Amino acid sequence: MTQVLPSPTRDAARSTAATFTGLKCKECGAEYEAKATHVCELCFGPLEVMYDYSALSKMVTRESIEAGPHSIWRYRSFLPVASENPIDVGTGMTPLLKANRLARRLGLKHLYIKNDAVNMPTLSFKDRVVSVALTRARELGFTTVSCASTGNLANSTAAIAAHAGLECCVFIPSDLEAGKVLGTLIYNPTLMAVHGNYDQVNRLCSEVANTHGWGFVNINLRPYYSEGSKTLGYEVAEQLGWKLPDHIVAPLASGSLFTKIYKGFQEFIKVGLVEEKAVRFSGAQAEGCSPIAQAFRDGRDFITPVKPSTIAKSIAIGNPADGVYAIDIANKTNGNIESVTDAEIIDGMKLLAETEGIFTETAGGTTIATLKKLVEAGKIDPNETTVAYITGNGLKTQEAVQGYIGEPLTIEPKLDSFERALERAKTLDRLEWQQVLV
Amino acid sequence: MTVKVLVPTPLQKFTKDQATVECTAGTIVELLDSLDAQFPGIKARLCDDSGNLRRFINFYVNSEDIRFLEGKDTPLAAGDEVSIVPAVAGG
Repeated sequence: MTQVLPSPTRDAARSTAATFTGLKCKECGAEYEAKATHVCELCFGPLEVMYDYSALSKMVTRESIEAGPHSIWRYRSFLPVASENPIDVGTGMTPLLKANRLARRLGLKHLYIKNDAVNMPTLSFKDRVVSVALTRARELGFTTVSCASTGNLANSTAAIAAHAGLECCVFIPSDLEAGKVLGTLIYNPTLMAVHGNYDQVNRLCSEVANTHGWGFVNINLRPYYSEGSKTLGYEVAEQLGWKLPDHIVAPLASGSLFTKIYKGFQEFIKVGLVEEKAVRFSGAQAEGCSPIAQAFRDGRDFITPVKPSTIAKSIAIGNPADGVYAIDIANKTNGNIESVTDAEIIDGMKLLAETEGIFTETAGGTTIATLKKLVEAGKIDPNETTVAYITGNGLKTQEAVQGYIGEPLTIEPKLDSFERALERAKTLDRLEWQQVLV
Repeated sequence: MTVKVLVPTPLQKFTKDQATVECTAGTIVELLDSLDAQFPGIKARLCDDSGNLRRFINFYVNSEDIRFLEGKDTPLAAGDEVSIVPAVAGG
């Protein structure tokens, strides 16, 4: 059944040469106008933004993109906004680093790190999705924006709402890392710390969204919000010289990021910006919250929810909205979904820092640990051009590594004190330093 | 047992735009029938053709996902709060 309702918003979108044409249910195909709604009224399936790809093919070239701003908005035609001036806080175009030292350590030949630990303005990939969501929120007339967050999204929503002059109320689990709480409060939103896990926060927010006319970026604005993650696919393709990689590894929380990187690659193929290529998609979860990895392992096409218990709080979603779609993509691209222990996550954080100078948060540790596990299991060919997505910054989750990275050598301001300390540093394991008086 | 039911926005057209309704039922299965008697057509939105709860809808009893309880046979007591929430949210 198809439902297309006349809409002033849709007309407005067309008048500003927007390329999106409405929303469509991913399950039953019912169509809706491009308003603030996220699920199908008939079957509750997720709504996806539709585009006019034939128009896109005619209006976008590699050159037109390269001439655009140094941010996600160089891909504006592929994003669901109508504004002439979207909210541009410098988000996107983060480094794609050739990770030679990490590659050697793991036994790979062509490894890249897409480093969203330095994404602007709040140091995670969430700035991409929020920039799109708040631009769309403004177009739809919202004056208050909100979200259910494991931390990074709270930081980003609060910051970009402040920049855009929107009222902001965000919801987080009450046990988040201090850096994520402080990194939200500084922007002066209303911050609700909920006694409960993320899934409970998420349910509460759905209930609040039923009764308050707010723009919840990951609820009623979710179709627009999630599209922002496609830019992680576009940028990698452009930064590889308009080529797709052979294999990507990305963290899985709700599964949305994973599916949108896939969509980004497919769209670039569809409009002729890159040559068609089969890219393998592998996903990373923390063992203490691995409902998608468990379902993948069991060969299931449904998710059994779990109660999270892991240090990787930013990806601790026990009831992942896009889990089934992530499994589908891993299966059809001949990829894998793996989980790693908290100890492996810490080792992954340290390994990335020591080999490439990138301090990632626990989600990044999960990705690197999974990358390592997949290589060791022979599930990544050393010759594959592989991209690991690092989606957040380690300064926000310092608690996770405290106690695992040693302490500084405290010395007197004297040369001999320094020499003795240096000698000890050469002979002792770093973790033993703290127990030694120099 | 009279319970409170939180209705998601896409279903509020059945409940005359009410976000909260009251209903009498002893289990989730009974709740579906009771809701449908009060708001005809709502059950067909919540269940597929074989009568199973749709894949993209979650039920919570007093904030707990019924998949951690007894599924659609989860018993209800007077004063319980049942929340119906579209599964696709968050992340």
